[in-house]
Amino acid sequence: MNIVRQLLALPLILASLRFATPLILAALGGTFNERSGVINIGLEGMMLFGAFAAVYGSFMTGNPWVGVLYSMIGGGVLALILAIVSVSLKADQIVVATGINIFANGITIYLLQVFFGSAGRSPRVTRLPYFRVLGTRYNPMTLVAIILVPIAWYVLFKTPWGLRIRSVGEHPSAADTLGINVNKYRFVCVIISGILAGLAGAHLSIGDGTSFIRDMAQGRGFIALAAMIFGKWNPLGAFGAALIFGYFEAVAIRVSIPGIPAEFIRTLPYVMTIIILAGAVGKATPPAKIGEPYFQEEE
Amino acid sequence: MSELQSGTGESLAEGKIVNILIDLGVSLASIVIALLVGAVFILLAGESPVIAYGALYEGALGGARQIMSTFWRSTPLIFTGFALAIPFRAGLFNIGGEGQLLVGGFAAGFVGYYFQMPGIIHAPVALLAGMLAGAFWGFIPGILKAWKGAHEVIITIMLNYIATLLTISYGINRLRVGGRPALPSIAEGAELFRLGDLPELPILGSLPFIEVFAQPGSRLHLNFILAIVAAFILWYLLERTTYGYEIRSVGINPAAAHYGGISENKTIILTMVIGGAMAGLAGAGEALGTHHSFIQGMDAGHGFTGIAVALLGRNHPAGIILAGLLFGGLAEGGLEMQFVGIPSEIVQIVQALVIFFVAALQMIKYFMARRRAKGESE
Amino acid sequence: MAESKDYILEMRNISKYFPGVKANDEVDLPVEKGEIHALVGENGAGKTTLMKILYGLLEPDEGEIHYDGRKVNIEKPQDAIDLGIGMVHQHFKLVDPLTVTENIILGSEPRRGLTIDKKAAQKKVKEISERYGLRVDPEAKIEDISVGMQQRVEIIKILYRGADLLIFDEPTAVLTPQEIDELFEIFESLKEQGKTLIFITHKLKEVKRVTDSITVLRDGKSVGHVATEEVDEKDIAEMMVGREVLFEVEKDKARPGDEVLNVKDFRVKDNRGIEMVKGVSFSVREGEIFGIAGVEGNGQTELVEALTGLREVESGKVEFRGKDITGLDARRVKEKGIGHIPEDRQRRGLVMNFDLAENMILGYHHKKPYSNRSIMNYGEINEHARKLIKEFDVRTSSHLNMASKLSGGNQQKAVIAREFAEEPELLIAAQPTRGVDVGSIEFIHEQLIKKRDEGVAVLLVSAELREVLSLSDRIGVIFEGELVKILQADETDERELGRLMTGGQVKEAKASV
Repeated sequence: MNIVRQLLALPLILASLRFATPLILAALGGTFNERSGVINIGLEGMMLFGAFAAVYGSFMTGNPWVGVLYSMIGGGVLALILAIVSVSLKADQIVVATGINIFANGITIYLLQVFFGSAGRSPRVTRLPYFRVLGTRYNPMTLVAIILVPIAWYVLFKTPWGLRIRSVGEHPSAADTLGINVNKYRFVCVIISGILAGLAGAHLSIGDGTSFIRDMAQGRGFIALAAMIFGKWNPLGAFGAALIFGYFEAVAIRVSIPGIPAEFIRTLPYVMTIIILAGAVGKATPPAKIGEPYFQEEE
Repeated sequence: MSELQSGTGESLAEGKIVNILIDLGVSLASIVIALLVGAVFILLAGESPVIAYGALYEGALGGARQIMSTFWRSTPLIFTGFALAIPFRAGLFNIGGEGQLLVGGFAAGFVGYYFQMPGIIHAPVALLAGMLAGAFWGFIPGILKAWKGAHEVIITIMLNYIATLLTISYGINRLRVGGRPALPSIAEGAELFRLGDLPELPILGSLPFIEVFAQPGSRLHLNFILAIVAAFILWYLLERTTYGYEIRSVGINPAAAHYGGISENKTIILTMVIGGAMAGLAGAGEALGTHHSFIQGMDAGHGFTGIAVALLGRNHPAGIILAGLLFGGLAEGGLEMQFVGIPSEIVQIVQALVIFFVAALQMIKYFMARRRAKGESE
Repeated sequence: MAESKDYILEMRNISKYFPGVKANDEVDLPVEKGEIHALVGENGAGKTTLMKILYGLLEPDEGEIHYDGRKVNIEKPQDAIDLGIGMVHQHFKLVDPLTVTENIILGSEPRRGLTIDKKAAQKKVKEISERYGLRVDPEAKIEDISVGMQQRVEIIKILYRGADLLIFDEPTAVLTPQEIDELFEIFESLKEQGKTLIFITHKLKEVKRVTDSITVLRDGKSVGHVATEEVDEKDIAEMMVGREVLFEVEKDKARPGDEVLNVKDFRVKDNRGIEMVKGVSFSVREGEIFGIAGVEGNGQTELVEALTGLREVESGKVEFRGKDITGLDARRVKEKGIGHIPEDRQRRGLVMNFDLAENMILGYHHKKPYSNRSIMNYGEINEHARKLIKEFDVRTSSHLNMASKLSGGNQQKAVIAREFAEEPELLIAAQPTRGVDVGSIEFIHEQLIKKRDEGVAVLLVSAELREVLSLSDRIGVIFEGELVKILQADETDERELGRLMTGGQVKEAKASV
């Protein structure tokens, strides 16, 4: 059937990796902060702000790699807010992260106006160099994502810091009594997730395209969380899950099925996220103490 | 261990008043600080914060016309504030206000045009349709959470995107007539009563000061009254009924609620349905009262603003009305600021800052209370 | 006494305040090198607070700590660890999904470059394990090993960091009698190797068995330091409580009537799907107290939860006055007239942020007169609360106080007041005096006997042997999910019960009702 051939077309599969790139990066970031016990639903806002920062950096210097640097700083700064208010001040993580998403949305549009005098789209900037593999276009961020996966896995499961991060998320008071600074590790993990989300944003704006468009994250920050859950908070699993979601996104854009309106197909990534969360969460268990701020004197 | 007493001899009533004052103080402080930090962004745009905030004030409260407009803008915000607050009392985060508002507005706009019925029932039926649509959109994450334990945060957010695709991208494209990115305008009978027409009514029209409502260009409509009524009903529900008792106990301690024979699942679904219905009413009100059709852009981020409203209002019906009015004023004043060169998104930035500061100040209040209690027990 | 003693630790004049309470009030704790020193006191006397201060989890508001002759400042756990102080907590600080070895090395991981040196870790663990006789399985995950082994992991953890002073906080609370014997052997082994131990407990028998000297805390103050051989259990108890203690509750003989509850072949699983109740059968009659004795973790929790509608029943039958109530949900179980005093009052029994009045109707809020057709009647609710507070001597300044502001004993009295007020025909009381001060314990015991004498059937589940023995008319011993024997209370003693609780077998079939 024509539909099946469309769904299994090689260019589609290859494109999945490209679409999956921001999801991989954000999901890796999410894995770190959730393993340490912090929920970060602000990845969306950090990604969006990182995308803008990347464009700004490239615009100011003409060098897309400076843009990449800016994206890391941008995502990191927003993550800093989450870290300070939720980890250090122990306020509710979901509330603050929602604020970050609103903030990112507002400030990117605001700065679009202030810096570029535009209501919806930034001027074109120098994008990251791209290369082709079997006819499909890729940019360096995809390589970065692929390399970071095994590195993240190694850090989390083979190094002392990874051991501590995992213990801090499962049983923070156990770690505390052994002299580990719970909130310090959580703080750092949140910043890491912001930096990675920022990189994801750079892929969106100057990796895959040449400018910043308002709202360009389109929910990927949340889909990345679903990928992380589906991947059972393991970098390798998150990678696989992100590829699947990337496939859904590719299908949504490129495949047309007679009789089904294009808009319906475009809901596919979101619907699949819901289905996976409804099905997978029953089996997957997050780190035991996730979402709970750590107070030292409480037992 | 020595017996614990409440406070250091202050009466219980005093203690409660102090608590309310502190909450009020935290909310006020958050707004002030948020506005101050917002000033930095205004400077970034090369404008003077004084002029900008002056315009803000003028636009929101400068005269009777502005005040009516502020009321008008706060209407959907009060509803979306409830959309977050009610499930929150049961421990749930309903971030789906946007989507629930859209499906509510779509349903209302649809019933308003495609159905023929006598004027007297057309509007109520269309409102009801909007409420039910929103309730349904809230029911989905509710039942998924109850049955499968699926985290409502991500699911409601996904449903937001799906709602946008279905109602705006698909719905409007399919059903529009002509250039307007909207459903066809609703029948006149389905339009919500505009409060500006109050002076023309038989009995109410002769009340003193009733003309204050009849401001030129005022679009303040019935949904504002409905929002206030809803606040009373929800307050009563939470504080005076067994449903409210069960909702509150599930929100504080699900294990104890379970012990008390309370069904956590039923409570989850109930609060999500109510929350969705409230957001649905927000959308229905905008469609039937403001735009007279379901039009692209009518949501204007109300769903997310509702989050800030609920937080600032401490998830309490009275507080939500006040916070809704505040943000309505900010939105209205934001337009005025546009005229002096500040993009209206500054309002969104201030909203987010309010969220950060409310969250942060709340914790500081908690820490200070602990330190104060320690000192008292010498 | 002119002998100068070699103190490894001296805590002098330690005071610590919390909101509303002085947890430690000028406490002195002198510990000699190489001894096993007991720290005793009732729940809430301040023992755990004092040890948290020693371990750096809390800072004292007043006082000094001297270690090995020098004044020291312990501001965080790392300081304590560096000094050579290690603590085995009452609630183990172990990370479930990680392995034994990973838990032991956490925070002090041996490294090779950037990685954890797994081989070095395993080697050191093996060394310590063999030197002190601490049997563990290095690659097993904590969530898969027994409680006894978990405790040994905790001990290795602190020895790994070079501890010379080891603090044990209520270590025997979760162990079977056999595991307790093993633990005390380990104590001896540690002592032989020159370590000093502080043993926190409220079990006086154990104090007499293994310790050299005792410090007694009461209401946050230290009331005495004595050598163990110079006092007996009664003396220690009186120091702990400040007056003569009745170990036995005075009661009349029971006059049991008809059967109220009949449980047959009851099977229940826990959250992990493991069967915890394995075919239990028993019955309870009007006017008697049937006590289920057993070390915590042998299925009692799941049994009670399944009987009260908080947990699914796998198989079996429950009859209440002849009617089948198997698997009924919590609301309907209560409606039938079955009251439940839960074992965890803070988690199950009360909504801490509700005021007392709203807590006094938890589970009954839909009944008249507390509410009528979903509308709450706060006039009635408040009146009800005021009445109960007086009747049950719940010490609080107002019925509008938040439940969290009450002490443990008063919270428990409130829960009991609530359940009693609904005049149940069957009362299920799980660990009713856990974490409760002695005065309240006496009160609660009296109330339970009173209900029995009024003809209520009482099912008592308790890990406190003395409590079960003194209150019950008949006793069922539960071990690994089975009721190994049912006996008349006046035909048995602590020794036999203790033996049965560890699986000491019985030849005859279980005594039928």
